Amino acid sequence: MAKNATIESKAQVKAVKKTAKPIRGTIIIISGLVFLCFSFILSISLGAADINLSTIYNAFFNFDTGVTQHQIIRELRFPRIIGAALVGAAFSVAGALMQGMTRNPLADSGLLGLNAGAVMMLAISFSFFPGMPYVYTVLLSFFGAALGASIVYGVGSLSKNGLTPIRLVLAGAAVTALLTALSEGIALYFNVGQDMAFWYAGGVSSTKWEHLIVITPIVIIMIFIAMRISRSITILSLGEEVAVSLGERTVRTKLISILVIVVLAGLAVSVVGAVSFVGLIVPHLTRKIVGYDYRWIIPVSAVVGAVLVVVADLLARTLNAPFEIPIGALISLIGVPFFLYLARKGGKEL
Amino acid sequence: MSDALEVQNIQVGYQNRSVIEDFSVTIPKNKITTIIGPNGCGKSTLIKTVSRILKAESGAIFLDGKAINTLDTREIAKKMAILPQTAESPGGLSVFELVSYGRFPYRKAMGSLSKEDYEHIHWAIDVTGLNEFKDRQISDMSGGQRQRAWIAMSLAQGTDTLVLDEPTTYLDLAHQLEILLLLKRLNEEENRTIVMVLHDLNLASRFSDYMIAMKDGDLITKGTPEEVMTKGHLRTLFNIEAEFQSCPYSGHPVFTSYHISKQEDSHG
Repeated sequence: MAKNATIESKAQVKAVKKTAKPIRGTIIIISGLVFLCFSFILSISLGAADINLSTIYNAFFNFDTGVTQHQIIRELRFPRIIGAALVGAAFSVAGALMQGMTRNPLADSGLLGLNAGAVMMLAISFSFFPGMPYVYTVLLSFFGAALGASIVYGVGSLSKNGLTPIRLVLAGAAVTALLTALSEGIALYFNVGQDMAFWYAGGVSSTKWEHLIVITPIVIIMIFIAMRISRSITILSLGEEVAVSLGERTVRTKLISILVIVVLAGLAVSVVGAVSFVGLIVPHLTRKIVGYDYRWIIPVSAVVGAVLVVVADLLARTLNAPFEIPIGALISLIGVPFFLYLARKGGKEL
Repeated sequence: MSDALEVQNIQVGYQNRSVIEDFSVTIPKNKITTIIGPNGCGKSTLIKTVSRILKAESGAIFLDGKAINTLDTREIAKKMAILPQTAESPGGLSVFELVSYGRFPYRKAMGSLSKEDYEHIHWAIDVTGLNEFKDRQISDMSGGQRQRAWIAMSLAQGTDTLVLDEPTTYLDLAHQLEILLLLKRLNEEENRTIVMVLHDLNLASRFSDYMIAMKDGDLITKGTPEEVMTKGHLRTLFNIEAEFQSCPYSGHPVFTSYHISKQEDSHG
């Protein structure tokens, strides 16, 4: 009780504050944003056609419709980079929420079937409702993500000894295979295979301003909501029973985070396709830096995720120019070994 | 003697199997109460219902005279801290961080720790003897230290009532005793009401003011250790024959060895 509390000297309280993680988190966010700007510029200038810095400056501040390079910057490269950043942030925050909420270190929207569900709904929308406004496509994508997640949890729950992280990932792999086969089938039957191929491989090349106008505000709102519930997610990551004992409204927190996860994953898939592992890798890296407080994990994940996908997109365009490497393949190159490493550790980190 | 907790005619079960039916018991204020009974007797179910992890299908539980299902969960968290048996922290958390989560019921969505929060946290770390470990990661600590860190978290919650589900499980003898001595001290110096489930009957007897014995979801007996720790009760509860002595530290009944009741002359 407070009356009996040994009141520590102010110096000691300060010392504790100094060792706390927020300062590191702030440094990471700021340097991450600086790095993000830097990779933005690099990303705009490098590509199938290299563009110098003064042209980039002019494209924004002295735009001339007659200059092809200005057009490339404003209509192709800039939107795709913004798209890449948003997608990276969305996947990472969704992954962080999933890992915190379920205490499953292997949680990722790609591994747990959300992405495949969203892709299937995209295949359906292209086949049955061609030319549907983008907003509706996005809504269908949310629905697909929710569907994928519920099937995976449903299948996973059938196992007799309860849901373990690995079991859930196995269910995710099976459901992903099924949903992908279904969407390929639909795409083939309705002759939209060409349009869909891009969503399996993953890429941000077709991002347009009309998409960004829809997704940017939603991603920002969702990350804001994620920040609002971040303290509750930290408490939930201590386990359901402890969280309840601490007076956490667990059902409310879970419902809100499921909503945010489904929206973020669905949105990201509608832009970039079924890219896995971003939501797995980034929160783990972030925890190494800022610790286990989701008030820091969420914003730092958003920034780190944005940097990761922007850089991956830059590499995807430049490594084998003028051809593009699918961004999903590039990220899996880091993602798969990382996944194996985590699976081997058995998730003691979380 | 007023009651900290009153359980009234509750019925609790999992899916369609009822573990506890029409169960009533009261837990006295400012005392150490221990719930004993064989595995599957419903003691953990009772604790989980009190800690609102399980919902009673009927009946009610009163905390300081108010039904817990009518209270806001945060308000309950300010009055009663619960340490579940399976508490397991994320590996990279420091002791200070873990203990600071005990202040969760008092905090707003985005605010940082207040001066009062810091006082509670430092006191909790101090009283559990974890001062030198406060920046240590939980994953690098021994079982006993970890358990003390969890208890510190519950203490930082600043509640009058502390409920612990088998707080000494997985600990070696010295660490078990350490935890119980700490709880005894909290009870004596701070008047905290302590409710716990213990497997070790001798430790339960030694440290309790009041005991509740359960079997098959029913209340077998309740009362002081002298009233509960009798040959007859242990035979009913555990099917054992035990010879009692007086504990040299507490004066409560303890037994040195025991035999299974039914096989009367199998050996020894």
